[in-house]
This record gives sequence, C-alpha cells and structure tokens, in this order.
Amino acid sequence: MPKTLFEKIWDTHVVAQPPDSPAVLYIDLHLIHEVTSPQAFTSLRERGMKVRRPDKTVATMDHSIPTHAPSLPIADPLAAAQIRQMEINASEFGLRLYSMNSLQRGIVHVIGPELGFTQPGMTIVCGDSHTATHGAFGSLAFGIGTSEVEHVLATQCLLQRKPKTCEVRVDGLLPKGVTAKDIILALIAQIGVGGGTGHVFEYTGSAILAMNMEERMTVCNMSIEGGARAGMVAPDDTTFEYLHGREFAPQGAAWDRAVARWKMLPSDDGAVYDQTITLDASELEPMITFGTNPGMGIKITGLVPEPAAIAEASQKAALEKALAYMGLQPGSPLLGRQVDVVFIGSCTNGRLSDLRQAAGLMKGRRVAAGTRVLVVPGSQEVKKRAEAEGLDRIFKEAGAEWREAGCSMCIAMNGDQLAPGQYAVSTSNRNFEGRQGKGGRTFIASPLTAAAAAITGKVTDARSMV
Amino acid sequence: MAQFTTLTSRMLPLVVNNIDTDQIIPARFLKATDKKGMGEALFADWRYNTDGSPNPDFALNQSIYQGAQILLAGDNFGCGSSREHAPWALTGFGFRAVISTSFADIFRNNALKNGLLPIEVDARMHRILFELNEETPGAEITVDLASQMIQLPGSRSASFAIDNFSKTCLLNGVDELGYILGFAEKIAEYEDKAAT
Repeated sequence: MPKTLFEKIWDTHVVAQPPDSPAVLYIDLHLIHEVTSPQAFTSLRERGMKVRRPDKTVATMDHSIPTHAPSLPIADPLAAAQIRQMEINASEFGLRLYSMNSLQRGIVHVIGPELGFTQPGMTIVCGDSHTATHGAFGSLAFGIGTSEVEHVLATQCLLQRKPKTCEVRVDGLLPKGVTAKDIILALIAQIGVGGGTGHVFEYTGSAILAMNMEERMTVCNMSIEGGARAGMVAPDDTTFEYLHGREFAPQGAAWDRAVARWKMLPSDDGAVYDQTITLDASELEPMITFGTNPGMGIKITGLVPEPAAIAEASQKAALEKALAYMGLQPGSPLLGRQVDVVFIGSCTNGRLSDLRQAAGLMKGRRVAAGTRVLVVPGSQEVKKRAEAEGLDRIFKEAGAEWREAGCSMCIAMNGDQLAPGQYAVSTSNRNFEGRQGKGGRTFIASPLTAAAAAITGKVTDARSMV
Repeated sequence: MAQFTTLTSRMLPLVVNNIDTDQIIPARFLKATDKKGMGEALFADWRYNTDGSPNPDFALNQSIYQGAQILLAGDNFGCGSSREHAPWALTGFGFRAVISTSFADIFRNNALKNGLLPIEVDARMHRILFELNEETPGAEITVDLASQMIQLPGSRSASFAIDNFSKTCLLNGVDELGYILGFAEKIAEYEDKAAT
C-alpha cells in the first residue's frame, strides 16, 4: 500500500504497539535547552536513572540567555541559575552541550540543522513547540513537555498516539517581495490556530519544492501555530546539498548509503492523506498579523476585521478582546501605523538568508528616528557568517543593534522586551498577549516587512522598497 | 502521578477562545528550575493589575469561585508553547479538570501526565455549562471518570470521550515512565536492529 512520508517514518520507529494504547515510539535525536529540562533531570536524579543514549542527545542554551556582549555578566539571577543548572546537568549526565561560550551555540532549531544533527527520516523531539522546524528535512519532529523530556532521557522512547495527516499543497510562483513567511502566515490565517490540531502537515507543491532549506524551515517552524505538532517536507536534492559536509552529517560511504535511504522517504504516488489544503502562491501578498494569535493575520494592504461582521458570539468576543489589547480600530488599515520596535531574529527567521533579505532592504538607508531595531542572529555561526559578508555593518550603519545569538525578544525571557503599549513588527512566530513583554503589541511579519518598518518607522509594504 | 476518579466542584468560567500557554503562565515565570509556586503565576497577566494587586474583574479573584477545581474555558484551550509549566500552574492553583470543546495536542498530553483531566465536550454541552454558571454562579457539577460522565444539578448529564489508555492511567495514577520502562527489552532489540 502506498505510504506518506509521515507513515514511513512512523512505521519504522514503532518499538511496540500494545492494543488500544499509544505506540512506544523510538526517538533518534533529542534536543534540550535550559528552560524545559531542569525538572526532568531532577526527576531522573530522584529515580537514580541515567540518560539512556547521551549520543542521541544534544543540549544548548538559548531561551533565557542575554544577547549583549558575552563578556558582561548575566544580570538576571534566575536566568543565571537556570543556565548554570543546564551546565551541571549536561556535565553530570555526560551530554554534549553548546554552552554560553561555544562558537556553535544558538537557538536549538537553528543549530540542529546547521551542525547536521537534523537528518531526513529521523524522529526528533525537544521540549519546545517549534521543534516542527526540523520537519523541513523530511524528519518527524515535534515539541514535547518536560515529563516527556524525562521519558526520552530515560528510555529514548515516547508514548504517542498516531496523528492524522494533512497535505498542505502550495503551487505557483511567489510574487516579488512575498516570502516563505507570508505563505505560512496565509495558511494559518485561513485555517486558524486550531485548524491542524491532531494532524501532521506535509507541505507539497511547486512553491515548496522551489524553496531553499531555510525557507522550508520557516514554513515548517510555524506549523504549530496552525495547531499541527509537526510539519514536514519530503527530502530532495536541496536537502542533501544543504546537509552534505556538515559536521554531524554522515561522511564518505556512509553519506552515499544515507542518501540512498533518504531517497526512499518521499510519499508514494497514490498515498492518501486524511485531509488536503491548497494554497496558490502566486495569489499571495505580504502578510501581517493584527491580533493576539497567529491566525489573526491579513494581507498587509488589508483592513483590520470588524467584530460587527462576525455572527458567532465567542469569535466576535475574541476579536473584540484582541483589538482592545492591540489598540486597533475595526476597519482601519495597518499600513502607516507607527511602530516602536522592530525585531529581526528567532527560530522562524533568524537564519542567514533572513538577515540577507533584511540587510538588502536596509543597505544605504537609515533606521527611522525613534524606532529601536534589534537584529539577533539565530546562532553564533549565523552571526559569524553574516559578519563575514558585512551584513553587521549594514545593520549598524543603518542604526540597528547587532546582537549575540538567542531567542531574545521572541519570548522576552532574557531582558530583550517591549514596554507596555509599545508596537513591534517582529519576524518571530507568536503575537500572544504579552509574548514580547507584558503589555507589548506584536505584528508578526516577514524579514522584508520588518526591514521596511525599520526604515520608515511604520507598517510598510516592502514591495515598494525592494 | 495523582489519581483522578471523581470530582465534585464549582466551575470557574473563562469565556475566552484559544487561551494560549503564554496566558496560562507567561514566559518570565519559566526561569525556575523546579515546579514550586507555579500556581501563583497562573494567568498572571490577566489576574494581577500592573501594580501587582488582584484584578477584581477576573474570575480567579472573585469569592464565588474560590476553591473551584474545574476550569470552564473557551474553544481550543492550551494552544502555543510546549511548556508543561501550564498544567503545573493549573494544578498548583488547585485545578483538577479543564472543560473545553477542544485542546491543543501538546497541552493535552502534558495535562494527562499531571493528573489534570482535559474534558472535551461538544458545543451544545459547552453552552449549557456556561449558561448554568450564568444562572447559578458557583454551581457544582460532578465529573466521574470511570463512567465518563458529567452530572449537572437536576437530572442533566453528559458523556465525554477519553482514550482508554489515558483513562486507565488517570484512574490508577500510573507512572508513564514506569510503563515505558516495562518495554526495556523491546527497546534494546530495536536499538540492536538499528545498529546493524
């Protein structure tokens, strides 16, 4: 029987399938960071257990670390303690850790692929919902809670119910100035934040095939914002080319064998998905969110929706609540709205190609007076490569801040945050109330849209500037 | 894990759809390295005013709902991040069950591992429960997991779905890690096969 990419990976990782129970699923790669792991290690210690497969476990620190110069001390004692605890846990349990001073440190979902840990056909988990990112390589990757982190540390397995599959087919050529971020924002605006619940997305179609790996990662990354725990893209030559020669990718004869294996992974002709959604890339425009969840998105030229037009009471109330929080009038345009802060970075859009796009627009221009612009590379390696290309100079000469790698203002745990009432155009993934700082108001958009806002100080259609 | 069998309690209503985990517990409270005190941070940005005083308009601060162990929430509860701090905050505060029309996948899994019962009801029963609470704020209902029933005052009741495995785990307080360790031999076999 023809199988989907998801089914092929699932079937080869089931260790046991007791009747009327979840499967015991084997995990090939377990990524760890400082925020969602400490309680799991405490519990392991209490049970007197070891990590079963340190060789399949990789740790970094990204969420609560400062992005200022590494020579400065960590001002927040709680963050400092959490970071110290990650070091203690990694050392005690014998785990590979990309620590504060590592040149390979970075956001967990940036360094996994960058170092070649992330590979097609793998099952990958992390105590972080944006683990969906790694699905861009044709792996089954999803976020887990801390109890599950402990389960994987102890057994290298998880109890999982088999999810349903949903094909997200994106055909057509993206118009100029419209990017991978706009595709995923358009999808989520269409299906809502719960639209993919219970499903794994597989992105197919000519627009996805035409993307480079970093663009595919941007799309897969935000699958969770549509409710799908995982998003996947079938591996192809683009995937293999990206991985070839990376530190932890197979080398030599093992590489050839791996590629032969990976070529068997794409969904078979005639494989059946539980559901299919289609999008026409050529019809898309730059997208931006106006509300307090990622499903509340519109075309950048569009108007803020009117609660009066919604019949269902709870949805109407949700929109009213969102607009009140955001300080927006129904029916008003977002274009031209003043922004206080622009954030370029995160596991969604903190990679080299994202920074190149933003820098390309900002080159030779100046950041608007009164607008604060933070550019935060996704990893120290991204930072190094961006500097080698002179992107840092473009940002700094424009008047932006060029920071060390980390999650930074995407989750606002490290001191990089909005003040109450401030507006931000952000390349991150969540616009929930308070996400970028208590009382802060987030417009999620692409790096191009963020760069345009940096220059004009307003929500701007970047197509007029590229 | 704490067992869940039956529960009789008033409901605390939060008529908001898509309550995300950043609202359940904002990220700035995730710097702890233990699970202590999470209940204090539950719904912090809705529950407290800017000066730290309780927001009297928020249900958690209203005397009629004190002691409520059932949270009655809008559609699609728990979307967003994978933070298990969300169920830790809910149980830390004293909740043992959340009722909604749907739950985000990761939140549901995390809740079940902490003895917090996600009760999925249809839109009709969801409305009836909110109406009951409007008519009689603080009205008590009874949840019986074994029979998968909710009893409302009078003779009204509704059934809810839960998979058998999760039900058994909750009823008996099963430790999932202990359960997985029971497959140690199979895991070793799988690893041996993968290595060849």
